[in-house]
Order: sequence, then structure tokens, then C-alpha cells
Amino acid sequence: MNTQIINTQIVNTEENQHIISYKMLGIVLAALLVLTGVTVAVSTVDLGVFNVPVALLIASTKATLVLLFFMHMKYESRVIIVSFISAVVFLGIMISLMFFDVAFR
Amino acid sequence: MEKKIDKTGVRIGMWLFLYTEIILFGGLFVLYAAYFHKYPELFAQGGKELNRVLGTVNTAVLLISSFTVAASITALQRGKKGQTIALLLFSICCGALFLVNKYFEWSAKFHHDIFPNSATLQDGPDGLNIFFGLYYVITGLHALHVIIGMLLLTITLVLVIKERVHQDRFQLLENSGLYWHLVDLIWIFVFPLFYLVL
Repeated sequence: MNTQIINTQIVNTEENQHIISYKMLGIVLAALLVLTGVTVAVSTVDLGVFNVPVALLIASTKATLVLLFFMHMKYESRVIIVSFISAVVFLGIMISLMFFDVAFR
Repeated sequence: MEKKIDKTGVRIGMWLFLYTEIILFGGLFVLYAAYFHKYPELFAQGGKELNRVLGTVNTAVLLISSFTVAASITALQRGKKGQTIALLLFSICCGALFLVNKYFEWSAKFHHDIFPNSATLQDGPDGLNIFFGLYYVITGLHALHVIIGMLLLTITLVLVIKERVHQDRFQLLENSGLYWHLVDLIWIFVFPLFYLVL
């Protein structure tokens, strides 16, 4: 009984070895390079208060593409996805608490 | 009987390490955010001093090298050793190119008397001094990560050539790849924050 469970778990992790085709990776690279061009182009236009948010939005989109495809996050086990999101949330808490301090001094 | 490798476990370990790296650079970005909030004009002025063209070229170089590292994993999973070696070599060369560009960039700054503790920055406004302080700390720490990443990729490359890393056992390549992508991820944020601030 126990061995059966362990065996299916091993099979499951084997299936997780996902192969991403060159073509797919190439499309992601093209998207990343285009977004780099966009972020440079946007930086020449003064958007006032939106300068930094727009730059960060594009950077986050690029980071997401790298994470999902280059770092295989799209095909990763739940442990890694959940723990990664927790790390990012923690970083978010750190940044927002800092602004609570700085903004109300 | 061959020893079983916990493939997921190996990756989880690497990711745990990567979280500490994210928090390490995250802390520096918090510092950046706090001072950007305080000196927005001076940060913009400092950002204009930086070489946009070199910054953009370096971004492209890192993105392409990330692509080739990801492709080298695909190649090894398909059992194509030659392609894996070529892709890894190319990635390491991209890392070297990145560092060469960084060298020229930093030398130009040194030439203009912009470096930590230089007279121009010491006597100049605080915000500018802080901007370049952060610039040197963050890009310096990042460059150190590029060097470590290149080292890891080189070790992996040697082991691929020696067939110690192969189709059925490529965890080292995967983890070195993850490290390299992290270096790329950090640069994705460094680039707009330093080179493109308005």
C-alpha cells in the first residue's frame, strides 16, 4: 500500500520534467527584447507620476516571462510556486512598510 | 542499484537559496525607493549621467544569454550533448561581454570623477552622492553575481563534457540555469531604475 503511493509520487515527479521547445523559448526571448525596447521608448516620454509605475510594470511583465518559461515556473510543483509567491509577498510587505515610515515622517 | 535522486527536492533547495537572494537585492531596492522618494530630481539627474546605450546593450546581452541557458537545458533533455556545450559556451561569452561593457562603463564614470568618495560627489548634493553610491553597490553586487554565475556555468560545462551531467541527470545544469536567470531577473529591475529614471 505504502510503496504504491510512493511509486505514483515518483511517476508524478518524472512527468514534471517538462521539455520546452526552442521555438517557445525563442518567442519568449523576442517578447523580452520587444519589452526592453518599449521600456526605453517610454522612458523618453515624461508621464509625470506614472514614470516609475509604468517602468516597474514593464519590468514585472518581463520578470514574469523569465520566471514562467526560462525558469520553468509554469510547469513547477506547487511547493515552489507557493513558496516563491510568499517570498515576493514578503518583499512587498517590506517595501510597503518602509513607505509607511518614510511617507509619514 | 543506482542511487535515487530527489529531483524536485534538489530544485526546492535551489529556490530557497534564490529567495534569500531576492530579499538581499530587495533590501537594496527598498533603500533605493526610500531615497528616490526623498530626492527624485537628483536621482533623475544622476540617471542621465549613465550610458543608456551600454545599459540597453547589456540588457539584451543578458536576455539572450538567459535564452541560451534555457535552450541548453532543452538540448540536454533531448540528449543533444553538442548543442548543450555550444549553448553553454555562448552563454558564458555573453556573461564576459556583459562584464567588459560594465568595465568600460565604470571606467568612464571614474574618468569623470564619479566614484565613491570622489571629490565631485563629496562636494556635490547629497542625493547625487546617494544615487551613485547605490549605483555602485547594486551594479557591483550584481556584477559579482554574474561572475559567480559564469563560474557555475563553466563547472557545469566541464561536467557536461565529461558526461557527469547528462540526459538523465541534469540537476546541476538546471540549478546553475536558475541562478543565471535570477541574475537576469535582477538586472531587469536595475536597468529601468538606474538608467531610465526621469
